[in-house]
Amino acid sequence: MDVLLAVLSGFLLAPLAPWLDRRLGKRWGWMWALVPLGLLLFFLRFVPALARGEAFTRRLPWIPRLDVHLSFHLDGLSVLFALLISGIGVFIFLYAACYLEGHPHRGRFFLSLLGFMASMLGLVLADNAIALFVFWELTSLSSYLLIGFEHERERARSAALQALLVTGAGGLALLAGWLLLGQIGGGIELSQWRHQREQLIVHPHAEWALALILLGAFTKSAQFPFHFWLPNAMEAPTPVSAYLHSATMVKAGVYLLARLQPIFGGTELWNATIVPVGAVTLSLGALLAVRQREAKRLLAYSTVSALGVLTLLLGVGTPTAVMAAMVFLLAHALYKAALFLIAGIWDHEMGAREPERLAGLRRTMPITTAAAVLAAASLAGLPPSLGFLSKELFYEALRTAPRWPLLLLANAVLAGMALVAVAGLMGVRPFFGRGPIELQPRHEAPWPLWLGPSLLSLGGTISGLWPASLERMLLNPAITAVLGESVHTHLALWPGLNPVLLLSVLTIVGGIGMYAGRGIVRAPALPSVLARFAPSAAYASLLNGIYVLARLQTRVLQSGHLRYYLLTIIAWTVSIVGYPLVTRADGVALRRPAPEHVLDIGLALIIPLAALAAVRFTSRLAAIATLGVVGYAIALLYMIFGAPDLALTQFMVESLTVILFVLIFYHLPRFTTLSGRWARARDVVVSLLAGGMVSGLVLSILGMSPPDAISEYFVHKSVPEAHGRNVVNVILVDFRALDTLGEITVLALAGLGVYALMRLRVEE
Amino acid sequence: MKRRRLEHSSEVHLRNAPLPALEWERASVILGVAVRALLPLLLLFSIFLLLRGHHAPGGGFIGGLVAAAAVALYALAYGATAAQQLLRLSPRGLVAAGLATALASALVGPLTGAPFLTGRWMKVGRLELGTPLLFDVGVFLVVIGVTLWIVLTLAEE
Amino acid sequence: MELLLAIVIGSLYATGLYMLLRRSVVKLIIGLGLLSNGSNLLIFTIGRLVRGRPPIVPEGESSVPSPFADPLPQALILTAIVISFGVLAFALVLIHRAYQKVGTDDLDDLKTTDM
Repeated sequence: MDVLLAVLSGFLLAPLAPWLDRRLGKRWGWMWALVPLGLLLFFLRFVPALARGEAFTRRLPWIPRLDVHLSFHLDGLSVLFALLISGIGVFIFLYAACYLEGHPHRGRFFLSLLGFMASMLGLVLADNAIALFVFWELTSLSSYLLIGFEHERERARSAALQALLVTGAGGLALLAGWLLLGQIGGGIELSQWRHQREQLIVHPHAEWALALILLGAFTKSAQFPFHFWLPNAMEAPTPVSAYLHSATMVKAGVYLLARLQPIFGGTELWNATIVPVGAVTLSLGALLAVRQREAKRLLAYSTVSALGVLTLLLGVGTPTAVMAAMVFLLAHALYKAALFLIAGIWDHEMGAREPERLAGLRRTMPITTAAAVLAAASLAGLPPSLGFLSKELFYEALRTAPRWPLLLLANAVLAGMALVAVAGLMGVRPFFGRGPIELQPRHEAPWPLWLGPSLLSLGGTISGLWPASLERMLLNPAITAVLGESVHTHLALWPGLNPVLLLSVLTIVGGIGMYAGRGIVRAPALPSVLARFAPSAAYASLLNGIYVLARLQTRVLQSGHLRYYLLTIIAWTVSIVGYPLVTRADGVALRRPAPEHVLDIGLALIIPLAALAAVRFTSRLAAIATLGVVGYAIALLYMIFGAPDLALTQFMVESLTVILFVLIFYHLPRFTTLSGRWARARDVVVSLLAGGMVSGLVLSILGMSPPDAISEYFVHKSVPEAHGRNVVNVILVDFRALDTLGEITVLALAGLGVYALMRLRVEE
Repeated sequence: MKRRRLEHSSEVHLRNAPLPALEWERASVILGVAVRALLPLLLLFSIFLLLRGHHAPGGGFIGGLVAAAAVALYALAYGATAAQQLLRLSPRGLVAAGLATALASALVGPLTGAPFLTGRWMKVGRLELGTPLLFDVGVFLVVIGVTLWIVLTLAEE
Repeated sequence: MELLLAIVIGSLYATGLYMLLRRSVVKLIIGLGLLSNGSNLLIFTIGRLVRGRPPIVPEGESSVPSPFADPLPQALILTAIVISFGVLAFALVLIHRAYQKVGTDDLDDLKTTDM
């Protein structure tokens, strides 16, 4: 199987999903999990070769003229992400099929979910920056559809819109950054840019490009101040929250940072922006998480915090930090997806998602309890989980960070304490706590629901116990891909007694304290002054501002009066065409002007006079007659200046117009003067200006040399190639026959329109 | 309230309108006689214009307008129903036939392995016949059809 | 002659636009007629004015001897004349039907959509 097919398989299956889902029905819904399972096996095949240091590239021309290709690059980093996407996808698909069993739109759900999975795979595998951008926006779009899946609810709709606007705007910034970088580097392949580091970072525009790209990464990965969309996105069905909004899509920004590390890592802007943003996001997310009462929002804020950790580590950028980031990426994906799915089990079985309303679940839900305990241990960073290993590495990376190590450490420990408290709320309180048992479940959840969380959290523990093969096969290739040089690490559960271990102990003790005293952390309401300046408030007022502006401009421009639209168009045209005419005209020199004859002068006088009369006459008949005079006079002009075909046509049309007027004349309303004196004066001025502009335009065009090439061609080819001596007719029926075909079709439509208006009348 | 008043006023207007155009026209004997004499001449002339159009002033548009004007004059003199009977074909049918003819001439190219609308010619004795001429016949029919469609629809009012 | 025609075209545009700006709906028809005539004449004039030499190849020759009137604008205008006839007819009927239905010729009364 080809990489291209692997990526596109989701897109190919997606349109069939509603139909397929109906065929699968209730009993065979778990079959959906086979799609990500196949992809997982496909990507696993690459692992041994990647561990040997190989990389794969596949390229398919897409829009070659713009240098846009569907090119994919498989290295340690992209395959690690692809494995996460497909591997967690297996459990998500399985879970969702059961979770949404009997839902009328389950097929539509899988349509969006398949589309998302394919876009996400494309995003992490793409090598061409434009292709990456397209997949990036596709993940935003599918996320929009999934958050708004229950579109009957107003809150779901506005949360979906918010996520789309924030990440979509960031995506546009990313595109601008890509294009700028492409201008500098002369190509839009990421693999090419990695070899151009020295050339790229010294360019004066490089910082602009980086800033724009970072905007894309920060919005997608919910970094402060763009974090607010993520908790709101919890309106999505729980499998979606577990998949998109914790394990995969929100990591796209982090993936981007890791990809760009070899290009921009270590530059001034990189360090100065990413480290503080990550640090603030980390602690803000963790502290806000403890304040939540509802499990999904709680997990969402802790995800914000985790994304802050990843961003911070990639900003620090030392080999230890990158290693910590990769280990944490994996650990977080495993435990957070599991915890989300467990929250979904509460919702599905008991209809409650508040940990503190639940109690004693361990009695009837032993498997779920075990899974929750293991996952929460990993979240809290307790040994022997992978979470413990990553936390050790995290502290170690901060301790050895080149800048502000103490500040960063203090911040991280504080956030770590809050996350321990979160772990207590998710993994201890509902299962072991005592309390009212009105929400006591009767039985364990069905197997498709508990299988995912159990295996995921078990995976987190096993890999913590025996990290060696994981390290060799997955983590080292990924770290090598990020750093651009081969690194050999050594992960161990017991690193020995060192300051970092002490910090871990301090975190856990402090965390238990924070769990016990969570009432105090929750008590102070956010001061209202601060709330007004919160990023979400800024988003709301920005959105509102756009609405106000739209209403305003609609009121000003869309008056509903034809003449004001016309006035606007005329005034605008007169000013933009007239201005250069007046300022640039340095006397018009006519080329070979035709001399005047008496007849011409007569006609040239008759036409304006008749036109003026048509305006002035108050009788319809007189106005129509003068209109005829104008037409016949123009026909004579055509005759004089070598256009007999035009003259004949114009004569015939004028005659037919007279017949038409005769037929309909008495049905028409009479002329009335409705406009006031002032309005008429204004219109006279505007019309005279427009007429003057047109006259000036004609004269200035006549001053230029005419483009003869086309006409010369027609005149010379008319007899030899089209066997016709009347060049005008040859143009109409041969050279430009396609235009004529269009025109007679329009004519037929005009006839049809008249017929329909007169004959087909709606019953009154 | 306002809407009601407006409807009322339009009824008044229609009642006070002069005699319909057709009755007034029918009274004109001179026009009738002239049209009777002119009609065959004009129709012949329109075909002449169509056929010579490729080499001299004329062509489908002009020829079509002349023929349509001839029938329209007839309709003014004798009424829409009489003109319709004279025409035999419905204007709608003429439009459809014209579009089909033009399209058929355009399709000769693709059917003989050349691009859409490629001009194809053959010699019959001294006469040169080609798809552009057929196309012009299509234009001729569409112009007659549309013009008469409009005129006759209005004349029946 | 070009100068004269430029003025003629300008006058057709000025009068046509003035009529289009009226509130009385029949005047729009007159404006439309004036404006389309003006536009045709504009294209014709900027094509180049050549007196009495239509772009028709004399018998036995392969090309039109220079100078000749430009055939391209002529072909454009020819179809434009016929199409503006169609548009004029359609506009006439539209106004006639609207007037029948609504009973007003004031565009300001026609601006709401629900009748």
